[in-house]
Amino acid sequence: MAALAGRRGADIGKLSTILLFLPPALLLFTLFVVLPVGEAAWYSGFNWNGFGSPTNWIGLDNYRFVFDNRAFGTAFKNNLLIIIVSLLIQLPLALSLAIILADRFRGAVVLRMVFFLPYILAEIATGLIFSFVYDGDYGLLAAIYKSFGAEAPHLLASPQTAFAAILVVVVWKYFGFHMMLFIAALQSLDRSMLEAARIDGASRWQSLRYVVIPALSPTIRLSAFFAIVGSLQLFDLVMPLTRGGPSDSSHTMVSFLYTFGITRMRVGFGSAVGVILFLICVVFAFTYKRWIMRDE
Amino acid sequence: MSEPATSAPFSDDGFSPAAIGKALYLLAVVLFVMTPLIATVLGGFKSLGELRTNPFGLPSVWEWSNYADILLSRRYWQLLGNSFVIATLTVVLTLICAAMAAFVFAHLHFFGRDMLLNYLTMGLLFPAATAILPMFIKVRDLGLLDSYLGVVLPQVAFALAMSILLLRRFFRDLPTELLEAALVDGCSYPRFFQYVTLPLSRPILATVGTITFVHSWNAYLIPLVMLNSDNLYPWPLGIMVYQGEYSTEWHLILAFITLTILPTIILFLFAQKHIVAGLTAGAVKG
Repeated sequence: MAALAGRRGADIGKLSTILLFLPPALLLFTLFVVLPVGEAAWYSGFNWNGFGSPTNWIGLDNYRFVFDNRAFGTAFKNNLLIIIVSLLIQLPLALSLAIILADRFRGAVVLRMVFFLPYILAEIATGLIFSFVYDGDYGLLAAIYKSFGAEAPHLLASPQTAFAAILVVVVWKYFGFHMMLFIAALQSLDRSMLEAARIDGASRWQSLRYVVIPALSPTIRLSAFFAIVGSLQLFDLVMPLTRGGPSDSSHTMVSFLYTFGITRMRVGFGSAVGVILFLICVVFAFTYKRWIMRDE
Repeated sequence: MSEPATSAPFSDDGFSPAAIGKALYLLAVVLFVMTPLIATVLGGFKSLGELRTNPFGLPSVWEWSNYADILLSRRYWQLLGNSFVIATLTVVLTLICAAMAAFVFAHLHFFGRDMLLNYLTMGLLFPAATAILPMFIKVRDLGLLDSYLGVVLPQVAFALAMSILLLRRFFRDLPTELLEAALVDGCSYPRFFQYVTLPLSRPILATVGTITFVHSWNAYLIPLVMLNSDNLYPWPLGIMVYQGEYSTEWHLILAFITLTILPTIILFLFAQKHIVAGLTAGAVKG
């Protein structure tokens, strides 16, 4: 009997703990993350400026307006470009540096920190630093051009080059994060495999190609996942560099959402962009998890 | 440079051509990373005229007043103060809510637990931007627009998923005998949480706290949407306004940038272990 009573007491204790400990997190998460996503889906059916309550139901028209908008097409293409650059330039750069810096030679730790430094800087500060670098009158790049007697370009002021210039900043800022992921993975690698490969007479390149890279493959896939999700979110870097200009050539989907939805308070239109972005993220995450990270 | 072979399984030793190539490669990346940063710090010490003629080199005359004027301005300290208040509130609220939830998810079995955990971790899948407009309307309807809390609550909500995952994994790895012994002795879950779990979890709390702090300190979109009054602006908003006002006076803008990233770098030097651990552990979800 005493045991039973104790049992019941424990159950009540358990229940009251759950009821005390879970609601704050659940409430905040539901209120500011889940509900807004649902509401975005609802608002996206209205032509609404955010004041009063939404009444002017226009069905899927907002989505049509988004897809008909040329700047959105550019923004979408720009997001794809970030993904391509991340996968083809950033990750190989990060991987090669990680392979060099995973060894403990003098200075390796300092170099790791140096390469990681851009990642902890705010995007806004990074963007402003590079708008100085790219400045056609005062910038570092202009100075290099001038020293060769060439005319300094205004990269950020030309629709042909503005987004390419942003892509360089993306690599500058984020490669260190991926490098750290790879270093962490390399350090937990089973070294006996490498010893075995060496004893079997494998060259460094061979052991890299056939032992290290395959062993890192889960981390590489994870890193690619982060690069892609991060690419889809890019916004803070764009604002100080170009604000999406010139002529809307350098928008990302988020800066498009901000510029065309929020600053003009077109709540229905902006929400439609948010929903599209949400669907892209979720569909991507699930497919990626299912097809590319399935053996984990 | 040479080390015992066992500690350097990935690379060559000595001064082979490969080693020299590697050193040049590293040097090139160091230049790529550091040149803009160093030029920014030095540029803050130059006059505008010198910046134009000599953007790379050391200043011929060190214009300390560029920095001094900013450091003596009310505006600079107000921006940092706002960022500090917002980031601190975000960290405290995130840690409280996330630790309590993680404790339940780590130790208590109940119907629907895994479903709830999956529900919370959905937050990792999409950017805050997807929900920013309804979030703005919600914050407005709650009367929190243009207040610290209007920024803090959404930031906490978005920080929760990762924080709960990291904390839960740590809590689960604490010895279960501790909890069992405590329960037999009549200790309640909340008391155990307060007097055993939290004190034992200082390292992971520090890690989650630091990461949350850095994210909030650097955040731009949510404050941009939720705040109107520039006396509440955190520094990323303030520096954009500053840049707008001083549009071509790059020497002042560079000094201002330097002084605003300085706290980040100092924090990084003190807490790099926590930052790196948190980001890489957070990356490997589980």
